[in-house]
Amino acid sequence: MREIAAQTITDQVAKLCIDANYFLGKDVLDSLNAALAKEESPTGKAILEQIIENAGIAQEGEFPMCQDTGFSVFFVELGQEVLVTGKTLEEAITEGVRKGYGEGYLRKSIVSDPLQRVNTKDNTPPVVWIETVPGSELKITIAPKGGGSENMSEVNMLNPSDGAEGVKNFVVDKVRRAGSNPCPPIVVGVGIGGTFEKVAWLAKKALLRPIGDRNPNPFYAAMEEELLERINKLGIGPQGLGGRTTALDVHVEVYPCHIASLPSAVNIQCHACRHKSVVI
Amino acid sequence: MAEVIKITTPLTDDQVKKLHAGDSVLITGIIYTARDAAHKKLVDLLAEGKPLPVDLKGHLVYYVGPSPARPGKPIGSAGPTTSGRMNAYAPKLLAIGSKGMIGKGEMNAGVAEALKKNTSVYMVAVGGAAALIAKSIKQSKVVAYEELGAEAIAELTVVDFPAIVAQDCHGGNIYQEGIAKYGIKD
Repeated sequence: MREIAAQTITDQVAKLCIDANYFLGKDVLDSLNAALAKEESPTGKAILEQIIENAGIAQEGEFPMCQDTGFSVFFVELGQEVLVTGKTLEEAITEGVRKGYGEGYLRKSIVSDPLQRVNTKDNTPPVVWIETVPGSELKITIAPKGGGSENMSEVNMLNPSDGAEGVKNFVVDKVRRAGSNPCPPIVVGVGIGGTFEKVAWLAKKALLRPIGDRNPNPFYAAMEEELLERINKLGIGPQGLGGRTTALDVHVEVYPCHIASLPSAVNIQCHACRHKSVVI
Repeated sequence: MAEVIKITTPLTDDQVKKLHAGDSVLITGIIYTARDAAHKKLVDLLAEGKPLPVDLKGHLVYYVGPSPARPGKPIGSAGPTTSGRMNAYAPKLLAIGSKGMIGKGEMNAGVAEALKKNTSVYMVAVGGAAALIAKSIKQSKVVAYEELGAEAIAELTVVDFPAIVAQDCHGGNIYQEGIAKYGIKD
């Protein structure tokens, strides 16, 4: 077994929280610049310019790119030969969130109870998903998720007879109904298959894939291309004020499912498509 | 984009009438922050017939919950939050003389009606351009509900705060106009 001290994990997670909120990924920036070159709406162009300028200001390290620094969602790949010492892995990550959101001047956006709504004041607890993998490494990815775009997400238990067309229509209609709310241009995560909870997880995980990367299965890669084209015909545009750039990309992830089911999910991500990873 | 219109708060009916959906605006003066939790408190006070902790007459309400200010800075990042969540509250504040709101995303038909009835305006700032917007905020002072943290009501002093008129007092709506112009039927 390879031992990793909880404190090491906490320190790395704190850094991830800060980095994810101040440094927009190159894939997103490149995609925004490409969209700016193609956008036909003058208002849309001006908005894309502001978003790109904003990323530059955030990079200076004083202002996070968005005031909504999100719910701290983690995807962890835990090598099965790793032993975390001192605390549980979840405790070490939680402590890292507390440290990172404090030291990074990030907004604390979590309430301790969904109905009584008292702020926990340190952005904990996070949501942590752990998968075990072979080997002795620990990979931690943070994807801080803003409330505005998360609110526009949906799970739909379709019938198998609805087929690919049914799933595509659901996705496009969901983006149409979300309209201006999730801060377009958006990234659309689509989950298909699994169970009720698994499909939502797939849609979220789909958002981690770099913009421009296609599903390795040609059938789903073609579906991603088609969905992106249909979504960008909606005319919603940057911030919903009209234009060609409604989505920067669409990512589809799938999983086997029950003979009776066709679970489908859409997780919408605003243009601040933040995720950072570390391998310990 | 067309020429940028500079406005200074508090606003008069005449100034509001000159603003049309799609106009680019730079706002200077005082604006008040409030989002979900603060709105609930304000509207509860109105229902009880009690005075509000801030005088909103002629003023704009900005839907924002900023990130914490670093030492020496007036505020952290401060972009707009989704306005639709305030659909139920906005007409009540417009009825007592607030001249409008700044947020992001379309507001509903009830708000559109209240904008006409009360000669007021709904403007949007670019969601996610929070660091850029923060540069136009020169002072921030919490004036009510400090216990709400990022959701407290703050008085912001802004200079050339960038916004776009989304829904105006004449019934103009940039969201509907935008989709009509740029949507492509399959």
